[in-house]
Amino acid sequence: MIKTAKKVFWTGNIAAAEAALRAGCNFYAGYPITPSSDLMEYMARELPKRGGTFIQGEDEIASINMLIGASIAGAKAMTATSGPGFSLMQEGIGLAIMLEVPLIIIDVMRLGPSTGQATKSGQGDLMQSRWGRHGDQVLVVYAPSTVKDTYITVIDAFNTAEMLRTPVVVLLDELIGHLWEVIDIPEDTKIVNRRWTDTQESFFDSEDFKIPPPMPRLGEGINVLYTGSTHDGYGYRKTQDPKVHDRLVRRIHMKIYGNIDKIFQYEYTGGDSVDILFISYGSMARPSLEAVYKLNSNNFKASLLRLRTLWPLNYNILKEYTRNASIIIVPEMNMGQLILDIKAVGGDKVYGFNKIGGGVPIYPSELVNYVYKVYRR
Amino acid sequence: MTHPYLRYLRSETIPTVFCPGCGIGIIMKAFFNALDETGYKDMKKFVFVSGIGCSAWIPSPHFKADSIHTLHGRAIPVATGVKLVRPDLNVIVFGGDGDIAGIGGNHLLHAARRNIDILVIMVNNEVYGMTGGQVAPTTPLGMKTTTTPYGNPEPPLDVCNVVAAAGGNYVARWTVGHYDQLVRSFKDAINKKGFRFIEVLSPCTSRVSYRMGLTPAEHIKKLIKNSIYIEKARKIGIENIKGRYIIGVFKDIENPSYLDMIKEVSK
Repeated sequence: MIKTAKKVFWTGNIAAAEAALRAGCNFYAGYPITPSSDLMEYMARELPKRGGTFIQGEDEIASINMLIGASIAGAKAMTATSGPGFSLMQEGIGLAIMLEVPLIIIDVMRLGPSTGQATKSGQGDLMQSRWGRHGDQVLVVYAPSTVKDTYITVIDAFNTAEMLRTPVVVLLDELIGHLWEVIDIPEDTKIVNRRWTDTQESFFDSEDFKIPPPMPRLGEGINVLYTGSTHDGYGYRKTQDPKVHDRLVRRIHMKIYGNIDKIFQYEYTGGDSVDILFISYGSMARPSLEAVYKLNSNNFKASLLRLRTLWPLNYNILKEYTRNASIIIVPEMNMGQLILDIKAVGGDKVYGFNKIGGGVPIYPSELVNYVYKVYRR
Repeated sequence: MTHPYLRYLRSETIPTVFCPGCGIGIIMKAFFNALDETGYKDMKKFVFVSGIGCSAWIPSPHFKADSIHTLHGRAIPVATGVKLVRPDLNVIVFGGDGDIAGIGGNHLLHAARRNIDILVIMVNNEVYGMTGGQVAPTTPLGMKTTTTPYGNPEPPLDVCNVVAAAGGNYVARWTVGHYDQLVRSFKDAINKKGFRFIEVLSPCTSRVSYRMGLTPAEHIKKLIKNSIYIEKARKIGIENIKGRYIIGVFKDIENPSYLDMIKEVSK
């Protein structure tokens, strides 16, 4: 007998909040900003009922820093924001990377630059999510495409954050955040919990760079030293020693890149032989899939590679999929951001389809017509 | 014989990084003195949070306790996060005037308004010391600094009055020349509920004293001479006090704290 999962009617924002609660989120700090405010309101209502703590910060800077304190103190902490708020959080995210503090930032992308079209959807924050901080740094970025995918992805995000002691960004966009869909809640969700230590060991170094050190508990008399300055395994500042800096920054990179097989997630729809390949993410994977169906019914060999993980990218997998395609289309609701990486592996056969303004999505028919146009060249 | 307060310090961090004559040494001693007299033999149940600047180095790495050295201006929200998750721990922020009242000023206002259960100790040396002595929001009017070479055209912020107006349960200001009063304030504030703020005026010997042609001791004497007790200042009228430091306990009340209110509203 097939076990029927619970059916619900949720938006992407609700799914993100529910997934966070399922994953064990017990601390939320945030600041109102369209189109993520309804996610925060949901958490404000639900968290206290489930024993968690909710606080509205005086701004996004306060909110991200409250998450850092809360996570160090033992909470599974999350915030949600959008463009301008995401910009304000960048310095704090950089600190979380350096302190190796797990936390979740959901950026419900809206249309920038600046205040732009604040209520409309866009995908312009992709590069900011990866490179928004100063210095050499790396974190994990996910981008779900449906309401159900949002639920699964946010649980994954919490698990990755705890497993690797790192902040994780989930890029929603307004279209997914406010889209209502009937979904089945998956029942067999695996939840990863943090590795703690109560002893005076090295909490900021590990022999195997792929395995992050356990986190030290506060209030146990082990005299934890957290610092955003370059530090040795015990947290002592080493602001002159090149070797300590090299080891720390390489290890933080390696714990992400070294686990790329676990982190990099994608979905391929199509046959073995590929002529036209769409590579897409987030809400724009949906019209891309529809375009694939339309093209295939017109005797093209089209397929879709949907990336659920936007950073780190597994270039070997991208190479594999792009190798045999004659045309690669990267549809994005921005001026072309993911395409930079796809061009690096796919070269001249990569074409971007970019649509911005008004939150108007890319329509499947536009993609089909674009394929015809590129084909004629 | 070892110093009785060495038990609060990491021996490997001594001598400290602070300049000779810096007021921070007096503040550290006063703080340990208060801990000792309050009965804390160690700092196991304390978490110290600091930002960036000389005063941020007071707890990190010197204190033998858990400490979090964060971003410039952001110690208060990090401390808020820690306290909300671990209300059993005593959370204390150390920072300078630029860190707490300049870049972090908004967090200071809102922490006071919320009456969040943390103690903030602001060491006010009236300049950005670590970066070379630039003008700060607390620099006296007319004072020459590296970025006000012709004199500071801006009046300073009276941080204690601003915090007291914003909220909080305890607000006090002393100079490092008022050692006994400072110990008393630390003792009174450490175990109080709600938001507590203590400002300590302290000489920056490397960036300010030498510009004034003063030795560290002379600078401290000047701070003492220029200060006026709040009771006296209130008699004269606060608005009539120009160019003097108002010292004393600005506020000592027992309003319900943020943690109390969270329990109250969720009843």
